[in-house]
Amino acid sequence: MPLNIVVCVKQVVDPETPASAFQIDAEGRRVLPAAGIPPVVNGFDENAVEAALRIKDAGEAHITVVSVGNNFVMDVMKKPLSMGADQLVLVQDEAVEELDAFATAYVLSEAIKKLGEFDLILCGRQASDWDNAQVPLGVAEMMDLPCVTVAQKVEVVDSGLVVQRALTDGYEVVETLLPALVTVTNELGEPRYPTLRGIMTASRKAPTVWTAAELGLDPASLAPKLELTELFIPVVDKQCEFIEGEDEADAGRKLALRLREAKLI
Amino acid sequence: MSGILVLGETADGRMQPVTAELISAGRSLHEELGQDVAVAFLGSDLDDAASEAFSYGADTVYTVQDPLLAEPGVDAGVAAFQEACGRVEPDVVIVGRTALGRDIGPRLAFRLGTGLAQDCTDLEVDQDTKRVVATRPVYGGNALAKVTFTGSSPQIVILRLKAFEPLEPDPSRTGEVVTIDAGLDPSMIRSLLVETVRSESEGVRLEDASIVVSGGRGLGGPEPFEVLEELAQLLGGAVGASRAVCDAGWLDHSYQVGLTGKTVAPDLYITVGISGASQHMAGCSGAKHIVAVNRDAEANIFKSANFGVVGDWSKVLPSFLETVRELVE
Repeated sequence: MPLNIVVCVKQVVDPETPASAFQIDAEGRRVLPAAGIPPVVNGFDENAVEAALRIKDAGEAHITVVSVGNNFVMDVMKKPLSMGADQLVLVQDEAVEELDAFATAYVLSEAIKKLGEFDLILCGRQASDWDNAQVPLGVAEMMDLPCVTVAQKVEVVDSGLVVQRALTDGYEVVETLLPALVTVTNELGEPRYPTLRGIMTASRKAPTVWTAAELGLDPASLAPKLELTELFIPVVDKQCEFIEGEDEADAGRKLALRLREAKLI
Repeated sequence: MSGILVLGETADGRMQPVTAELISAGRSLHEELGQDVAVAFLGSDLDDAASEAFSYGADTVYTVQDPLLAEPGVDAGVAAFQEACGRVEPDVVIVGRTALGRDIGPRLAFRLGTGLAQDCTDLEVDQDTKRVVATRPVYGGNALAKVTFTGSSPQIVILRLKAFEPLEPDPSRTGEVVTIDAGLDPSMIRSLLVETVRSESEGVRLEDASIVVSGGRGLGGPEPFEVLEELAQLLGGAVGASRAVCDAGWLDHSYQVGLTGKTVAPDLYITVGISGASQHMAGCSGAKHIVAVNRDAEANIFKSANFGVVGDWSKVLPSFLETVRELVE
């Protein structure tokens, strides 16, 4: 029996968008897409796809990628397929466009329930737009699953998992039974690049698209628990004092003297 | 529902510094909400931690006890803290953005069906609604958001580390210690922590250092970090790095400063070859003074820097190091 793995991914504003191109609408409600910079699959979610593919490399697995949103860019969302995932399921609806963490977790869990049997859910540790790191924990709670966060290594052993959970100064080894949910961090290693064959295969695969109605979502469960009151770009300018010298070496020397003068060293 | 409840953290029976930060945030809300600040510690033999919590500003300390808390792992902690919230019925719950808090906070929020504001750097109270308004960096720090809570309670906030200064401890402050027996069901333990591996580190801890010397992708490889190490040693500081450096394997991830790495707030933060991407700045925004050495005069880092040199690190750094050596020796 292949292991059924579900990977939850999110389409986000490219976090590499230069600050100069980063803009917020006049109402202070949302970030405007920067011209010519397409969205990306959240980086940590690509790490989660990579974790799933490594499990598939080591044994049999079927990988389903699930996402919730409205304005999907299909070339972007197909990247996990071109990396080697088997199936893409999009919950695409205006009703699920701007959900808070609670509602997103609800929609994802309903989508995963509709998929049927699964053994393992993998998610990125957080999304690079709001860095909430809440949705995966919410899915685990709503589906009553064991949950291990910030994994740098995920191994399937018999009917369970051995996970290395990254700490800021080392790691923990955590064991749990399947089914379970694990969130993945960049310490796992670089996600693989899609191969040409992968891209060709992905281009022939059509995503399964579900609407809110098809999932039978309860509108009351989509109500936000948090309300955004302001969104703005902070003004940071400490008026840097530039140290100059006859050449770069002289500038380095003068910098040290200036820091001593300021009693910082 | 009334009261401000802080999730306390301990190590070897002593209160962790993060808890003093959270109590301080709680006290700032106390001014506006008129509600007391309580700390819940999970475990037993916590008399020392309780005294410390009082001295830093707690009014009440709950020690949540259960045999299952002796099992390492987060599941018992989530259940025990949930039990404490059930008994205390707080209006506001404050958790730190630590390995423990990052798991307990959201899981608690989902169990209680309430909202959670992540990674907050400031807390206010809306004077009309008396609800908490949390400020938090989003989009890697490119934007700031203010969020408030709709109807549900408690209002749970996770605070960024080092965003709040601990209050001056007052050893004469005391308060009531209340023991809560959590009565946990063993079926709540779903995962097992079997081993903790700590990476070896020498010298000053990065999080505690008053001077940090950090290097970025601009250094081009692992070798230049030996110079940074030498500089850090001369200054009695520690070496840090950007995520790109750690992802490239030039240094271990324990050196990483940033949104998903360590949070530092040294007196002096010296960056070499760091462009200042907002995800990195999220880990050092509490630094009192920032120095930047970077080839690109337009680099973002110079907006946050107090002192800067535009130049090639390989030419700037040796003379800087030598002059520092002359000055400190």
